[in-house]
Amino acid sequence: MLSMEFLFASGIGFVTAAGVYLLLRARSFPVVLGLTLLGYAVNVFIFITGRLWLGAAPIVGSSPALADPLPQALVLTAIVIGFATTGFVIELALRGRHEQGSDHVDGAPADGAATPGEAGPLR
Amino acid sequence: MTLAEHLPVLPVLLPALTAVLLLFIGDSPARLRWARAVALASVALGAVLAVRLVEQAAGGTLGVYQLGGWPAPFGIVLVVDRLAALMLALTSALALPVLWQACAGWDARGRHFHALFQFQLMGLNGAFVTGDLFNLFVFFEVLLIASYVLMVHGLGRERLRVGLHYVALNLLASALFLVGVALVYATTGTLNLADLALRVPLVPAPEAALLQAGALLLLVVFGFKAALVPLSMWLPATYAAASAPVAALFAIMTKVGVYAILRVHGVVFGADAGASALLVQPLLLPLALATCVVGVVGALAAATLPRLVAWLTVASVGSILVALGLFGAAAWSAGLYYLLHSTLVVAALFLLAGLVAAQRGEAGDTLVPGPRVAQPALLGGLLVLGAASVTGLPPLPGFIGKLMLLQAASQHGAAVAVWTVVLGVGLLTLVVLARAGSIVFWAARADLPAGGAPASWCAWAPTALLLGAGVALSVFAAPAQRYTAAAAVQLQDRAAYARAVLGGERAQSTRPFRAPAASGPVSPPLAASAPDSLPPTRPALP
Repeated sequence: MLSMEFLFASGIGFVTAAGVYLLLRARSFPVVLGLTLLGYAVNVFIFITGRLWLGAAPIVGSSPALADPLPQALVLTAIVIGFATTGFVIELALRGRHEQGSDHVDGAPADGAATPGEAGPLR
Repeated sequence: MTLAEHLPVLPVLLPALTAVLLLFIGDSPARLRWARAVALASVALGAVLAVRLVEQAAGGTLGVYQLGGWPAPFGIVLVVDRLAALMLALTSALALPVLWQACAGWDARGRHFHALFQFQLMGLNGAFVTGDLFNLFVFFEVLLIASYVLMVHGLGRERLRVGLHYVALNLLASALFLVGVALVYATTGTLNLADLALRVPLVPAPEAALLQAGALLLLVVFGFKAALVPLSMWLPATYAAASAPVAALFAIMTKVGVYAILRVHGVVFGADAGASALLVQPLLLPLALATCVVGVVGALAAATLPRLVAWLTVASVGSILVALGLFGAAAWSAGLYYLLHSTLVVAALFLLAGLVAAQRGEAGDTLVPGPRVAQPALLGGLLVLGAASVTGLPPLPGFIGKLMLLQAASQHGAAVAVWTVVLGVGLLTLVVLARAGSIVFWAARADLPAGGAPASWCAWAPTALLLGAGVALSVFAAPAQRYTAAAAVQLQDRAAYARAVLGGERAQSTRPFRAPAASGPVSPPLAASAPDSLPPTRPALP
């Protein structure tokens, strides 16, 4: 029987690995996706720093056990900030794509392979 | 409550409200004059507030402000001690000339420059006054989001390309920041810096490993902001691509990283931190020395003037971090004095690079012989003053700062390395700036027509003002030195800080579910165990 702790730890590890892989791609869209995945992994990670509890409310006196309310508040803040920055980085990537005629993170490759109006394949 | 009691929060509120007002005013050409007037007035008022806070802090009182009236470890507190007040004053001293320079024309080349500038100031001031680790993250994000937009201000291919790198790297750093903060919270149960300083020594050795991992992740993040080697490669590209006033404002951003390293790794994980004492000492000094060397070598190889100044920024941050890495009140005092001077001078050099580029026509900011500049005596004179200061020639403040640093290092085990690197870097900096100055001013080609119109006094006065502030640091070296020395001593007095913020020197926890004496102060993450004093209420998970 898998424990909840193991599931959480391996799940966060897997999402982080996927995020890092995408972040190392050379195109701006996978990079944005990678940053988003990393954000998800980090948010769950903050959430479980309050430990894993079942049937415990984060309100004093509502249940015999108490969940830690602070990580939940921190996660809310992190989600809001992550959402805003993701929106901005998407807009910036679109603008860069429009301006440079390529969605390569270093601009158009030297050989001019990418032409305006069409994004090259993932490499 | 009187206004004086609300003083610590005003440096954050003032730019925030001004920014909202500026958004309402908008930036249509007809209203630009109003926007400029409001922005300048707000920054000037901010400078008055900063001076008032410095006066208050100079007496040794800690200005503690509980947001919403929540008591210390539970709510967020703002703490203005000598160091925080000093950084606020430095931010104002930098922001005023830079904003003046921007009003000479840069602010009209993109949208909402003034509002973003104010948001950036809000983030900077907030990061300097906050006494809470997560709140520090929030203010980091505020200043970063403003800086993302300021970075691409004026647009253009190169700015967008580098801007995307800058944003992606900073988002990654923010993710690491959150992981570090979460690890620190998981092992100590608090995020208040004063409470943290009391609880970190109580974490026993086996569990301290997780805490230390979190603290080292924070070093990666702060080191990234401060451009500590090997995380400094982003800075020259970013600062060189940004417009001149924005790059000058960014000169303080690296210092936010330095400040955070000092607060978290210098004080919380300082000499009295039990199993985690002096956690970063073996890392910080060698990396800082490497930063100095890499910075000056990069400046030697730089092909454009802004890139050269950006590499010198890296080298100067290295010098400050060397002082931090020596871990002593005298060294920290030297580091703070050097920080003041280097921020002002580097910002002046960024503005100067913009002025020079505007007068060189086609050659622009590249370091090749080009057309004569229209005002060689004026710009050359400013460059000589800035170069002498950044190199550390007497009697300019760079010399005094380096002298303090060398004196503080003389008793240290790594004295030979520090002396060699600091003096060698000074010499190479002189070579770098002499080479740049001769190419721009002496190797000018007489066969080309002059590149541009002379700058009006309004355009060069801010640069002169920044350099003048640097010289003033040298004239008033004794009071400034007394202040930085007192600030360094105050930083190391963790008991007084805890008394002022928490009202006691006993470690408190903000975690509701743990009993005070449950088998050690912490339990490792993921192994949730109910405290002894409570009934075992945690049901088995499916």
